[in-house]
Amino acid sequence: MSAPQHAEITDAVLGRNSRDSTRLLQILRQILEAIGHLPKTVLVQIARELKLPYGRVAGVAGFYHFLGLEAHGHYRVLWSDNIIEQMQGSVELCEEMCRRLWIEPGRVSEDGLVSVGYTSCIGMGDQGPALLVNGRTVTAMTRERVATMVDLIRAKAPVASWPREWFAVTDNIRRRGILLDHGLDAGAALKAAMARGPAAMLAEIVAAKLRGRGGAGFSTGQKWQACRDAAGEAHYVVCNADEGEPGTFKDRVLLTGYADLVFEGMSIAGYCVGAARGLLYLRGEYQYLHEHLEATLAARRSAGLLGKNIGGSGFDFDIEIHLGAGAYVCGEESALIESLEGKRGTPRIRPPFPVTHGYLGHPTTVNNVETLACACLIAIRGGAWYAAIGTEKSAGTKLMSISGDCARPGIYEYPFGVTVAQVLADCGASDTQAVQVSGPSGICVAADEFGRRLAFEDLPSAGAFMVFDDGRDMFEVARNFAHFFAEESCGFCTPCRVGTSLVKNLMDKLNARHGSPHDINELFKLQRLMQSAAHCGLGHTACNPVVDTLNKFRPAYERRLHSMEYEPAFDLDYALSQARQMTGRDDAGAHLENAS
Amino acid sequence: MSFLLDGEEVPFIPGQTIMEAARAAGKYIPHLCWDHEFAPHGSCKLCTVKVDGRFGAACTVAAHEGMNVDNRSAELDDKRRTLLQMLFVEGNHFCPSCEKSGDCKLQATAYELKMMSPHFDHFFPDRPVDASHPELLLDFNRCILCELCVRASRDTDGKNVFALSGRGIKTHLIVNSPSGRLADTDMAATDRAASVCPVGVILRKRRGFKVAIGNRTYDKAPISEQPQ
Amino acid sequence: MKSKVKIATTSLAGCFGCHMSLLDIDLRLLDLVQLVDFDRSPINDIKRVGACDVGLIEGGVCNAENIEILRDYRKHCKILVAVGACAVNGGLPAQRNHLDLRDILEEVYQTSPGLAPGSAIPNDPELPLPLNKVHPIHEIVRVDYFVPGCPPPADALWKFLTDLIAGRTPVLGHGLLHYD
Ligand SMILES: Cc1cc2nc3c(=O)[nH]c(=O)nc-3n(C[C@H](O)[C@H](O)[C@H](O)COP(=O)(O)O)c2cc1C
Ligand code: SF4
Ligand code: SF4
Ligand code: SF4
Ligand code: FES
Repeated sequence: MSAPQHAEITDAVLGRNSRDSTRLLQILRQILEAIGHLPKTVLVQIARELKLPYGRVAGVAGFYHFLGLEAHGHYRVLWSDNIIEQMQGSVELCEEMCRRLWIEPGRVSEDGLVSVGYTSCIGMGDQGPALLVNGRTVTAMTRERVATMVDLIRAKAPVASWPREWFAVTDNIRRRGILLDHGLDAGAALKAAMARGPAAMLAEIVAAKLRGRGGAGFSTGQKWQACRDAAGEAHYVVCNADEGEPGTFKDRVLLTGYADLVFEGMSIAGYCVGAARGLLYLRGEYQYLHEHLEATLAARRSAGLLGKNIGGSGFDFDIEIHLGAGAYVCGEESALIESLEGKRGTPRIRPPFPVTHGYLGHPTTVNNVETLACACLIAIRGGAWYAAIGTEKSAGTKLMSISGDCARPGIYEYPFGVTVAQVLADCGASDTQAVQVSGPSGICVAADEFGRRLAFEDLPSAGAFMVFDDGRDMFEVARNFAHFFAEESCGFCTPCRVGTSLVKNLMDKLNARHGSPHDINELFKLQRLMQSAAHCGLGHTACNPVVDTLNKFRPAYERRLHSMEYEPAFDLDYALSQARQMTGRDDAGAHLENAS
Repeated sequence: MSFLLDGEEVPFIPGQTIMEAARAAGKYIPHLCWDHEFAPHGSCKLCTVKVDGRFGAACTVAAHEGMNVDNRSAELDDKRRTLLQMLFVEGNHFCPSCEKSGDCKLQATAYELKMMSPHFDHFFPDRPVDASHPELLLDFNRCILCELCVRASRDTDGKNVFALSGRGIKTHLIVNSPSGRLADTDMAATDRAASVCPVGVILRKRRGFKVAIGNRTYDKAPISEQPQ
Repeated sequence: MKSKVKIATTSLAGCFGCHMSLLDIDLRLLDLVQLVDFDRSPINDIKRVGACDVGLIEGGVCNAENIEILRDYRKHCKILVAVGACAVNGGLPAQRNHLDLRDILEEVYQTSPGLAPGSAIPNDPELPLPLNKVHPIHEIVRVDYFVPGCPPPADALWKFLTDLIAGRTPVLGHGLLHYD
């Protein structure tokens, strides 16, 4: 493609986005999709047209994993590096693919045809190994699929012409409760809410004791009340569909089969807090859902459920979808808002909180997909009914995304309070060694704790439930998570930017059998620092998996210790490799042994 | 209105942060990304204090009546030393050959906190030097990503010469030109951003060692005894 | 009388500047020798380090021989001290670390102008091979104390050693703690 063509495409994309600088991330995404990479000339054009400094545009492009200024190849393949999929052989499959294509992972082939690399969990843990090819999700990879895919890439066959069944994503709903069996027609819940009136509807949310399903478990009623009470000419509702926590895929299923419920929950939230606009932030990995979601929105508009003067009540509300571009930290609500404004996804200083100073500085309620869907049930059946389900402190039900060593991975809906043991029995897990509840930033639960309950007062969870049987090495699990955090740290604050890399390096050092007890002490020290000094939840929790497994599966670490004395992190003999290569020497003096 | 900082009473005006109140009272809280001229940023975390038992960044936490703030406790200084060591190993800091030595806030803070070694393994990143500008030199090897230059250029100079790009450990400072050269921006040596860098990244050319080592800012007195 | 403290010193990839600074202790050196015995050190010609109380290491680690010596010191010294900027963070030699060693060797021995025709990278087994990267000593062995400075001021070394010998945790105050 030539420079004038690039300019033409860029101009069209800018036009489609009304040359609105808050849409910078959307613009970059759309241009990338159209021309395959982001040439500097295009960034200059964007900066000029949006009246932004060039550095701002380049800074945003450099932040998101799916963007970036370098070329990615005509075909960009990104394997999900979730630990569950690694256990299912994703690394071997990826290596096989690279071998067949004669390329190194992470590098673009010399002819610019293809690159193959990794990306953080893409939300397909129940049907992996999965990958993204040019942003499209392919599930259930096998050696056969790898071989065929390589042939198609070599033949330069357009991705759109690839076998359709590769792109199939199944819901795998295994257990339904009040939410997944809601039985509501589109519009019913909104109608019920409007019949109650905004204040009374909000009172029902409070009475329902609904708590946020995104992980923190903050009271939804309080949040909406605070947002409603906050002064500001415009209020916003943001649906957090970033679902970046590895092992979590329940929002994917809600957005697939329950999109009306989610949008309706947003409308109810808007009605309660006095917002006229809602924004749904869809993680870039779920791009394949975009069309379906837009179609649902269109249908709701024609049904009079979105737009001006809904149901003749004077309530105006519409919803816009923004796509992410590969950044776990953008699930953090203030980073998400930055991203919605077209900026780098850096968490803000809090307070002020989004409920008073959110999107474009206006009062904003940010809620998880599931939280919003639950609001519909409360609109229909009332707060008292809802509060009676679950436990004292955790009302209602919770969707769990179950993956790993079990017979029936998928989505399970349980009233809060269910035990880990019960869930394990239901999903057909046996010889279970540990469960990682709520993903890497959550809690690692060992077998003697399987009587514990999934509820905010015991094991809080954003919905991930990763099962590891006796055959798994819990050190490898923690090492995978350490890599995840180092990859996903936004880099804003010192403790997390540097700390996540130090932790990753220490885990790799232990894994390479260069470790000593000194290194284990270092891990504990870094955990204490990051937990106390990091700027956001990512840094606070980044060491959880390491410390949890150190406390509960210490022998997995001790097996790897090389000596009691401090050892260098690298292989000494390897440190002479370049000099050996250049001098051609191989005598005894050209080698070194690590001490034993 | 007042609060306790290491057991001593510090007055404050509502709306002030702990850092601002401490500065007004002549008390030193270690910091790197904060400067009273600019909006708080909260990224270096050197100013981490304990407020009624909870950790927070003094440059971003508002002062409140009666609160009890630990500042120079052994526990906090220990954490700060580790943060400094992180900043040293993630970049390339060779003080003996750095023009900023003696005037450098990172170094002075490390002296104040008795940082005897970098402790961690060095990352030895490959970072560029930009000598394109006629009057200014950029040595990115020493950047601590405090964004003071970003704020100064944007908020004081109205220019946006600097920005961050990349993510995580690959986060890096860029300048506002597609060529990546400072000479191709509208940066002037008289800009506030030209003199704001607390470390040895943004340097005036040909000034070098004008003031001899030994007579520099932090040779005279430790950073904690100087006006902030 | 207490037995004297036995000290060994060595310079790895260093410039002997730190040793010069040690000698700069001047008159006080006479006091020092009342308190210490020197084992292997560039200031005498003992060839191998024996059991010691304190090992003072100047310089970073840039080749295979540095590693062998450093480990030998670690094995024989109860207390190992990194002395000077190069031992502490690699110093000047480590400024090559962002380059590929192969490119450096090629440039130095094969492509830079003014080399005799047929110049080659020396492959004499007597010469220690350079490491891919230069490392400060704490990246290779456990180090107990650090005395930064390029070189550390004589007063800092004096303060450090007298503290150590007297059994106090060494502390370098303002003016003595320097990285440059
Ligand atoms: C690093 C990080 C990632 C997060 N990712 C998500 C996410 O993907 N989805 C989500 O709903 N909340 C996520 N959160 C929590 C949000 O900050 C926020 O608490 C939540 O969206 C509020 O919605 P709720 O009250 O309905 O739970 C994340 C938090 C952090 C610190
Ligand atoms: S804790 Fe990590 S993710 Fe959060 S702001 Fe700091 S660097 Fe960014
Ligand atoms: S910037 Fe400061 S700490 Fe870094 S090398 Fe220069 S003087 Fe030393
Ligand atoms: S150049 Fe200086 S002022 Fe700018 S971010 Fe880096 S360290 Fe801070
Ligand atoms: S000075 Fe407060 S975080 Fe940097």
